[in-house]
Amino acid sequence: MELAFFVEWIIKAVLMLAFLIVGFAYTTYLERKTLARMQVRYGPNRAGPFGLLQPVADGVKLIFKEELIPKKADKLIFILAPVLTVIPALVMLAVVPFGGTINLFGREISLSIAGDLNIGILYITAIASISVYGIVLAGWASNNKYAMMGGIRSTAQMISYELALALAFIGPILLASTMSVNGIVSAQGRIGWFIIFQPIGFIIFFLATMAEINRSPFDMPEAEQELTAGYHVEYSGMKFALFMMTEYIKMIVISVLCATLFLGGYLGPFVDQVPWLGPVYLGIKTLLLMFIIIWIRATMPRIRYDRLMDFGWKILLPLAIFNVFLTGVIIILFPNFFS
Amino acid sequence: MFVKGIATGMYTTFRHLFRKPVTTQYPEQKRTVRRRFKGRHSLHRYENGLEKCIGCSLCAAACPADAIFVESAENTDEQRYSPGERYASTYEINMLRCIFCGYCEDACPTEAIILGDNYELSFTDRREALYTKEMLLLPVHESAQITPQKVEPGVFNRSVPVMQDPDD
Repeated sequence: MELAFFVEWIIKAVLMLAFLIVGFAYTTYLERKTLARMQVRYGPNRAGPFGLLQPVADGVKLIFKEELIPKKADKLIFILAPVLTVIPALVMLAVVPFGGTINLFGREISLSIAGDLNIGILYITAIASISVYGIVLAGWASNNKYAMMGGIRSTAQMISYELALALAFIGPILLASTMSVNGIVSAQGRIGWFIIFQPIGFIIFFLATMAEINRSPFDMPEAEQELTAGYHVEYSGMKFALFMMTEYIKMIVISVLCATLFLGGYLGPFVDQVPWLGPVYLGIKTLLLMFIIIWIRATMPRIRYDRLMDFGWKILLPLAIFNVFLTGVIIILFPNFFS
Repeated sequence: MFVKGIATGMYTTFRHLFRKPVTTQYPEQKRTVRRRFKGRHSLHRYENGLEKCIGCSLCAAACPADAIFVESAENTDEQRYSPGERYASTYEINMLRCIFCGYCEDACPTEAIILGDNYELSFTDRREALYTKEMLLLPVHESAQITPQKVEPGVFNRSVPVMQDPDD
């Protein structure tokens, strides 16, 4: 293993972490501004020009807050739980290609961190499932019955929608006949964007990931703070910031994933000649999807918990199974098209 | 099944994205107050400079929050503060007790105390909330004299002038 390989690997990882964390900060800003404009008001516009320093102000506030650990809380797990929740969100993007290969400093560098992992999708589903642990442990470690109930509800919601999510992943896998994310993107280059072939799959994926990240209108576990409690009620300061970080980073991650699986990823006009356009196209698609997520939050009221579970089990899961069935039938009927 | 409703809702929020926000950016843009707005109190004077307040403390009696404190003293012709026999030698309003209801303004027989338009009242110490007569009294016109005035005897005997109904 040469040194250049390690350096390349470390630089890519650091860049991605930096992108995700700055992205988290300014996603909160984007969300507040967009929600405000949809509600016919200004968003934050006092901290810095156009309120651009608002995330900095929020970060400083959270750093200076008192870190309170309840007396009978399980201290080790209490401190570990937010960490367990945020790390899967940060590493999920390791298999996603941001572009083709570029030539820098005499090396061919492919713009994806873990290279071409041939089980990329399996990696993504596996990592997504780990963050469920963080939430249930946060609820448990708080030594608070409301936090416990909130944590259990959130966990139940997340594992229910994971089924529909995994089945929604199967559509692109079948169409591209490979589990590697690079392979899926290049298949979209050959065949066309998968959203054309999988409209139901796209909608299932979108809704299931929104429920996975506890995002409105599926944010009952989060909103319970207003009603009784949520799983992060006993958290303050930086630990709470880590939970918020999880939610917004996952929002970015699922937008990137949705763009990669259904909207062609880094593909677009002239991306072969100018490889730097790859991340730009992916960025545009990601921003569009994030805007749609924020738009949905601005429009829809929260779904009641039992209806949320009904929706996941009785509507999304059968629809996802039907989607897999339909995709399989079409692939068998037109084998040459999808080779 | 709910798709049409969701789509209509999302279209509505999207349209709102392009409307001008209705927020007034407060310190830079201030909204004009309504006509009968009840703000900071002020003690008015007549054209000739004499104070309207005759120290009858009807305002203190009317105040539901017990915010006004009035002490009166005798007017003499050498040192005349207001027409009539009495004037308010001590007049204090505790702004922390005041509820800005306007009953003192309704109770005053001479239209001396009026609630104006100023709502930006802040203090850093609780003692600064006691507004004294000097803070409340309006300054005098250039054409008139400052109180206490020295006047001829017998001119200003009547405390409460003939007045019309207020229009504001």
